[in-house]
Amino acid sequence: MKEEALKIKTVDVKSFRQVDLKKKTRVGESLIQILLFMAGVLSIFTTIAIVYELGKEAMLFFGDPDVTLVKFFTMTRWQPGIGQYGIAALVSATLTTSFIAILIALPLGLASAVYLSEYASPKARGVLKPVLEILAGIPTVVYGYFALLFVTPILKTIFEDRIQVYNMLSAGLVMGIMILPLIASMSEDALSAVPRALREGAYAMGATRLETSLQIVVPAALSGIGAAVIVGVSRAVGETMIVAVAAGAGPNFSFNPLDAAETMTGHIARISGGDLSYNTIDYTSLFAIALMLFLVTLVLNLISQWIVNRFREKYE
Amino acid sequence: MQSENGKYAIETKNLSIFYGAFEAVKDVDLQIEKQKITAIIGPSGCGKSTLLRAFNRMNDFVVTSHVKGEILMHGTNLYGRGIDPVEVRRRIGMVFQKPNPFPKSIYENIAWGARINGFKGDMDELVEASLRGAALWDEVKDKLKESAYALSGGQQQRLCIARTIAIQPEIILMDEPASALDPISTLRIEELMQELKKNYTIIIVTHNMQQAARVSDYTAMMMLYEDTRSGTVIEFDATNRIFTNPKDKRTEDYVTGRFG
Repeated sequence: MKEEALKIKTVDVKSFRQVDLKKKTRVGESLIQILLFMAGVLSIFTTIAIVYELGKEAMLFFGDPDVTLVKFFTMTRWQPGIGQYGIAALVSATLTTSFIAILIALPLGLASAVYLSEYASPKARGVLKPVLEILAGIPTVVYGYFALLFVTPILKTIFEDRIQVYNMLSAGLVMGIMILPLIASMSEDALSAVPRALREGAYAMGATRLETSLQIVVPAALSGIGAAVIVGVSRAVGETMIVAVAAGAGPNFSFNPLDAAETMTGHIARISGGDLSYNTIDYTSLFAIALMLFLVTLVLNLISQWIVNRFREKYE
Repeated sequence: MQSENGKYAIETKNLSIFYGAFEAVKDVDLQIEKQKITAIIGPSGCGKSTLLRAFNRMNDFVVTSHVKGEILMHGTNLYGRGIDPVEVRRRIGMVFQKPNPFPKSIYENIAWGARINGFKGDMDELVEASLRGAALWDEVKDKLKESAYALSGGQQQRLCIARTIAIQPEIILMDEPASALDPISTLRIEELMQELKKNYTIIIVTHNMQQAARVSDYTAMMMLYEDTRSGTVIEFDATNRIFTNPKDKRTEDYVTGRFG
């Protein structure tokens, strides 16, 4: 002990840089600060640019003397070429498919997350999590044809003539399967982040695993689960390929999942794929749809955020 | 056996606790007297917490853990066949090192445990009685709906004690309950323990020698076997004897601060 202490004393102070209290310029620090700032600015700038471009083109659409906001929001048919401007015909399909998707993905995703974080042995988790993540890596066009060629025939045997070949139910169900891994994985992260001490406190009160999971851990993780749902909803609303392939190829104001209908994204993809001439009403209308899509996502995000803030239980 | 049942709240017989092949605690025989405070002291890593967590089967959550020997409560082996660990924990409560109130209101912190344990009586009454029992009522009676996290550390710890006594356990385990608290909060917890022992049996793990001397009636001194690194109880006696006239030289060295 004593020898070691002596050794430390023999290190020469002169081996260090001379202490100088004067302010110095540190080039590395300034450089990295500028770089990080630029990275932040870039992402904000991109968002602003997109909104600007959308807004500019959409203004051309709304600038048309025949188009009014009243028509836009109250008509139930969408065919700008012949004076039908009812965005509801597209919004209805987006809401219906997204709603079905969340109806599938939220309970199943949350259940898988609770299983993975609270019940699964480390071994089971080691197998299941990667599988879940593979599911998230499947291209959406594959999901689209899975819906059309596998799920729809099954639904046909159940609903027979009442269901159409292209229908929102099949697209919504498969979209739910698509966002399930996302919600499961993000929720699992949120659940795992809840301190062990809270679980131990619950178990020490004579709580079962289920009571602890559902009544202590899930409420404590609600902000993270809410974030997962927000991302999931946004993915569902913005999803294009599945609905384009399986939901239908024509605007149809309907909330009946058995009907064929076209979502906002599906419509944009189909119309812009054809020979569309510049500055026609059909062309500018696409930007109006995109702006509406932006708005729907925003509103859904705000609603989710509100629900989370209302019900979450804050630890710390 | 019958006469012992009257005197002791819980006993261990040849108790060894394993993590996988590693024997963390070896051959412990303790008789914990009813309505007394028993302290477990000893250097870090000697298995005090492991032993404490064996009493309410909290070690079950460590997948590789298992025990040999018995822990007897009213003659029933808590590790016997067909024993439900959930029921064991309902009868043996626990207060942890760091206060861990649930992220709910003060009221709900107490009501939750009672509700999951099938309490059918007047909840307001139970909440008030439990908070009074933990000497917290006067400080929180006007803010029962506020989050438990709005309370100070010492208040949170007393809330944790309140929620534990709300479900009427027979034994309360305390794992260094005051080590994260300031001296004044510590004093309040110690005073509270003296109140609680009128109705409950308390087993406390502590690093604080003065605390063990101040609050406990009995003290178990734990130490590691040099060769196997297993912890065991080397001396178990009335607290005043452990601190004034220990039989084991190692105990004397430890309690007088000459150890390590």
